[in-house]
Amino acid sequence: MTIDPALRDAVLAAIPKLRAFAISLSGNVDRADDLVQETMLRALANIHSFQPGTNLQAWLFTILRNLFRSEYRKRKREVEDVDGRHADSLVSHPEQDSNLEFKELRVALGKLPQDQREALILVGASGFSYEEAAAICECAVGTIKSRVNRARHRLASELSIERAEDIGPDPAVRAVMAGKLR
Amino acid sequence: MNDDKTKGPGSDMLSGVSKSSRDGSGALDKETQTKIGQQLRAMYDEVVRQGVPDRFADLLKELERREDQEPKS
Repeated sequence: MTIDPALRDAVLAAIPKLRAFAISLSGNVDRADDLVQETMLRALANIHSFQPGTNLQAWLFTILRNLFRSEYRKRKREVEDVDGRHADSLVSHPEQDSNLEFKELRVALGKLPQDQREALILVGASGFSYEEAAAICECAVGTIKSRVNRARHRLASELSIERAEDIGPDPAVRAVMAGKLR
Repeated sequence: MNDDKTKGPGSDMLSGVSKSSRDGSGALDKETQTKIGQQLRAMYDEVVRQGVPDRFADLLKELERREDQEPKS
Protein backbone atom coordinates (compact mmCIF):
# COMPACT_ATOMS: atom_id res chain seq x y z
CA MET A 1 0.00 0.00 0.00
CA THR A 2 1.37 3.38 -0.94
CA ILE A 3 1.24 6.11 1.62
CA ASP A 4 -0.51 9.29 0.65
CA PRO A 5 2.31 11.88 0.54
CA ALA A 6 0.22 14.45 2.39
CA LEU A 7 -0.45 12.01 5.22
CA ARG A 8 3.15 10.95 5.24
CA ASP A 9 4.25 14.56 5.63
CA ALA A 10 1.71 15.09 8.38
CA VAL A 11 3.05 12.08 10.27
CA LEU A 12 6.58 13.40 9.90
CA ALA A 13 5.50 16.84 11.05
CA ALA A 14 3.97 15.36 14.20
CA ILE A 15 7.21 13.68 15.27
CA PRO A 16 8.68 16.55 17.32
CA LYS A 17 5.57 16.68 19.48
CA LEU A 18 5.36 12.91 19.74
CA ARG A 19 8.95 12.89 20.98
CA ALA A 20 8.23 15.57 23.55
CA PHE A 21 5.26 13.54 24.78
CA ALA A 22 7.23 10.29 24.83
CA ILE A 23 10.14 11.84 26.71
CA SER A 24 7.76 13.33 29.26
CA LEU A 25 6.11 9.94 29.74
CA SER A 26 9.18 7.77 29.93
CA GLY A 27 11.79 10.21 31.22
CA ASN A 28 14.28 8.58 28.90
CA VAL A 29 15.29 9.91 25.49
CA ASP A 30 16.37 6.59 23.99
CA ARG A 31 13.27 4.77 25.13
CA ALA A 32 11.18 7.67 23.92
CA ASP A 33 12.69 7.58 20.43
CA ASP A 34 12.08 3.83 20.19
CA LEU A 35 8.51 4.51 21.21
CA VAL A 36 8.11 7.18 18.55
CA GLN A 37 9.57 4.89 15.90
CA GLU A 38 7.19 2.10 16.87
CA THR A 39 4.33 4.59 16.79
CA MET A 40 5.33 5.70 13.31
CA LEU A 41 5.48 2.12 12.02
CA ARG A 42 2.12 1.24 13.54
CA ALA A 43 0.52 4.38 12.22
CA LEU A 44 1.75 3.81 8.68
CA ALA A 45 0.77 0.15 8.78
CA ASN A 46 -2.72 1.11 9.90
CA ILE A 47 -3.07 4.36 8.04
CA HIS A 48 -6.21 3.06 6.32
CA SER A 49 -7.97 3.07 9.69
CA PHE A 50 -7.30 6.78 10.13
CA GLN A 51 -10.35 8.81 9.21
CA PRO A 52 -9.37 11.75 7.05
CA GLY A 53 -10.55 15.02 8.49
CA THR A 54 -10.15 13.88 12.09
CA ASN A 55 -7.26 14.91 14.28
CA LEU A 56 -4.17 13.06 13.05
CA GLN A 57 -2.09 14.25 15.96
CA ALA A 58 -4.57 12.95 18.51
CA TRP A 59 -4.67 9.64 16.65
CA LEU A 60 -0.86 9.36 16.77
CA PHE A 61 -0.76 10.32 20.45
CA THR A 62 -3.32 7.60 21.17
CA ILE A 63 -1.13 4.99 19.47
CA LEU A 64 1.95 6.17 21.35
CA ARG A 65 0.19 6.19 24.67
CA ASN A 66 -1.15 2.67 24.19
CA LEU A 67 2.28 1.41 23.18
CA PHE A 68 3.84 3.05 26.21
CA ARG A 69 1.29 1.53 28.55
CA SER A 70 1.61 -1.98 27.20
CA GLU A 71 5.38 -1.74 27.36
CA TYR A 72 5.11 -0.37 30.88
CA ARG A 73 2.93 -3.26 31.96
CA LYS A 74 5.42 -5.70 30.50
CA ARG A 75 8.29 -4.05 32.33
CA LYS A 76 6.36 -3.94 35.52
CA ARG A 77 5.91 -7.67 35.38
CA GLU A 78 9.64 -8.09 34.94
CA VAL A 79 10.83 -5.67 37.59
CA GLU A 80 8.78 -4.41 40.47
CA ASP A 81 8.41 -0.69 39.99
CA VAL A 82 8.99 1.62 42.88
CA ASP A 83 8.15 5.24 43.29
CA GLY A 84 10.86 7.34 41.74
CA ARG A 85 12.32 4.63 39.57
CA HIS A 86 11.10 6.56 36.56
CA ALA A 87 13.04 9.55 37.81
CA ASP A 88 16.14 7.45 38.40
CA SER A 89 16.09 6.26 34.83
CA LEU A 90 16.53 9.77 33.50
CA VAL A 91 19.02 9.86 30.71
CA SER A 92 20.21 12.93 28.95
CA HIS A 93 21.98 12.91 25.65
CA PRO A 94 25.39 14.56 25.72
CA GLU A 95 24.28 17.05 23.10
CA GLN A 96 21.24 17.94 25.14
CA ASP A 97 22.84 19.69 28.06
CA SER A 98 19.85 21.90 28.32
CA ASN A 99 17.93 18.91 29.65
CA LEU A 100 19.57 19.69 32.95
CA GLU A 101 17.56 22.86 33.10
CA PHE A 102 14.44 20.83 33.58
CA LYS A 103 15.86 18.10 35.75
CA GLU A 104 13.93 19.15 38.80
CA LEU A 105 10.71 19.27 36.86
CA ARG A 106 11.34 15.91 35.20
CA VAL A 107 12.09 14.28 38.52
CA ALA A 108 8.88 15.72 39.97
CA LEU A 109 6.93 14.53 36.93
CA GLY A 110 8.44 11.10 37.36
CA LYS A 111 6.95 10.86 40.82
CA LEU A 112 3.41 11.35 39.57
CA PRO A 113 1.15 8.37 38.99
CA GLN A 114 1.13 7.56 35.30
CA ASP A 115 -2.51 8.55 34.79
CA GLN A 116 -1.88 11.98 36.22
CA ARG A 117 1.38 12.49 34.38
CA GLU A 118 -0.08 11.80 30.95
CA ALA A 119 -3.16 13.92 31.61
CA LEU A 120 -1.08 16.87 32.75
CA ILE A 121 1.29 16.66 29.79
CA LEU A 122 -1.50 16.37 27.24
CA VAL A 123 -3.42 19.32 28.61
CA GLY A 124 -0.67 21.41 30.15
CA ALA A 125 2.07 21.03 27.55
CA SER A 126 0.81 19.42 24.34
CA GLY A 127 -2.07 21.85 24.18
CA PHE A 128 -4.89 19.34 23.78
CA SER A 129 -8.31 20.26 25.09
CA TYR A 130 -9.76 18.30 28.00
CA GLU A 131 -12.06 16.60 25.48
CA GLU A 132 -9.20 15.58 23.19
CA ALA A 133 -7.13 14.36 26.14
CA ALA A 134 -10.09 12.32 27.35
CA ALA A 135 -10.39 10.69 23.92
CA ILE A 136 -6.66 9.91 23.84
CA CYS A 137 -6.77 8.39 27.33
CA GLU A 138 -10.11 6.70 26.72
CA CYS A 139 -11.75 8.11 29.81
CA ALA A 140 -14.33 10.71 30.80
CA VAL A 141 -13.63 14.44 30.52
CA GLY A 142 -14.26 14.84 34.26
CA THR A 143 -11.66 12.17 34.98
CA ILE A 144 -9.07 14.08 32.96
CA LYS A 145 -9.91 17.30 34.76
CA SER A 146 -9.47 15.74 38.16
CA ARG A 147 -6.22 14.01 37.14
CA VAL A 148 -4.83 17.29 35.83
CA ASN A 149 -5.86 19.04 39.01
CA ARG A 150 -4.28 16.42 41.26
CA ALA A 151 -1.15 16.40 39.13
CA ARG A 152 -0.78 20.17 39.47
CA HIS A 153 -1.14 19.97 43.24
CA ARG A 154 1.41 17.23 43.49
CA LEU A 155 3.86 19.07 41.24
CA ALA A 156 3.35 22.29 43.16
CA SER A 157 4.28 20.61 46.41
CA GLU A 158 7.17 18.64 44.84
CA LEU A 159 8.58 21.84 43.38
CA SER A 160 7.78 23.75 46.55
CA ILE A 161 5.64 26.26 44.75
CA GLU A 162 3.40 26.59 47.71
CA ARG A 163 2.72 30.27 47.60
CA ALA A 164 2.45 32.75 44.83
CA GLU A 165 5.05 35.08 46.31
CA ASP A 166 7.70 32.33 46.23
CA ILE A 167 7.45 32.29 42.51
CA GLY A 168 10.25 33.92 40.65
CA PRO A 169 10.73 32.20 37.35
CA ASP A 170 13.94 30.25 37.69
CA PRO A 171 16.80 31.46 35.48
CA ALA A 172 16.63 28.48 33.15
CA VAL A 173 12.97 28.91 32.39
CA ARG A 174 13.34 32.64 32.08
CA ALA A 175 16.16 32.18 29.56
CA VAL A 176 14.05 29.83 27.50
CA MET A 177 11.07 32.11 27.57
CA ALA A 178 13.05 35.23 26.79
CA GLY A 179 15.72 34.32 24.34
CA LYS A 180 15.62 30.94 22.77
CA LEU A 181 12.14 31.14 21.38
CA ARG A 182 13.09 33.67 18.77
CA MET B 1 -7.99 26.41 32.31
CA ASN B 2 -10.07 28.64 34.52
CA ASP B 3 -12.88 26.29 35.30
CA ASP B 4 -11.31 24.57 38.28
CA LYS B 5 -10.28 27.57 40.33
CA THR B 6 -13.61 28.34 41.87
CA LYS B 7 -13.36 26.49 45.15
CA GLY B 8 -10.72 28.83 46.63
CA PRO B 9 -11.55 30.29 49.98
CA GLY B 10 -11.99 33.80 48.63
CA SER B 11 -10.18 36.48 50.62
CA ASP B 12 -8.24 33.80 52.44
CA MET B 13 -6.84 32.66 49.12
CA LEU B 14 -3.12 32.72 49.83
CA SER B 15 -3.18 31.04 53.20
CA GLY B 16 -5.47 28.40 51.76
CA VAL B 17 -3.06 27.53 48.98
CA SER B 18 -0.47 25.53 50.84
CA LYS B 19 -3.08 23.58 52.72
CA SER B 20 -4.95 22.62 49.59
CA SER B 21 -1.66 21.76 47.89
CA ARG B 22 -0.87 19.33 50.60
CA ASP B 23 -4.15 17.49 50.68
CA GLY B 24 -4.59 17.66 46.91
CA SER B 25 -8.07 19.13 47.07
CA GLY B 26 -9.39 22.50 46.07
CA ALA B 27 -7.75 24.71 43.52
CA LEU B 28 -4.28 26.11 43.22
CA ASP B 29 -3.99 29.84 42.95
CA LYS B 30 -3.64 31.21 39.50
CA GLU B 31 0.05 32.15 39.75
CA THR B 32 1.00 28.65 40.80
CA GLN B 33 -0.94 27.19 37.90
CA THR B 34 0.70 29.64 35.54
CA LYS B 35 4.15 28.85 36.87
CA ILE B 36 3.65 25.10 36.45
CA GLY B 37 2.20 25.59 32.99
CA GLN B 38 5.14 27.73 31.89
CA GLN B 39 7.69 25.24 33.14
CA LEU B 40 5.93 22.30 31.52
CA ARG B 41 5.64 24.05 28.18
CA ALA B 42 9.24 25.26 28.29
CA MET B 43 10.42 21.70 28.92
CA TYR B 44 8.18 20.33 26.21
CA ASP B 45 9.03 22.97 23.64
CA GLU B 46 12.71 22.39 24.15
CA VAL B 47 12.22 18.91 22.69
CA VAL B 48 9.83 20.11 19.98
CA ARG B 49 12.43 22.60 18.79
CA GLN B 50 14.88 19.77 18.14
CA GLY B 51 12.76 18.99 15.10
CA VAL B 52 12.74 15.60 13.38
CA PRO B 53 15.88 13.56 14.08
CA ASP B 54 17.45 12.01 10.98
CA ARG B 55 16.60 8.52 12.14
CA PHE B 56 12.90 9.11 11.52
CA ALA B 57 13.23 10.77 8.15
CA ASP B 58 15.61 7.99 7.08
CA LEU B 59 13.21 5.32 8.26
CA LEU B 60 10.40 6.82 6.28
CA LYS B 61 12.55 6.98 3.14
CA GLU B 62 13.54 3.36 3.65
CA LEU B 63 9.91 2.30 3.99
CA GLU B 64 8.99 4.08 0.80
CA ARG B 65 11.93 2.58 -1.04
CA ARG B 66 10.81 -0.90 -0.02
CA GLU B 67 7.29 -0.19 -1.13
CA ASP B 68 8.49 0.87 -4.53
CA GLN B 69 10.31 -2.43 -4.87
CA GLU B 70 7.26 -4.51 -4.10
CA PRO B 71 4.51 -3.22 -6.34
CA LYS B 72 1.77 -5.02 -4.50
CA SER B 73 -1.17 -3.43 -2.77
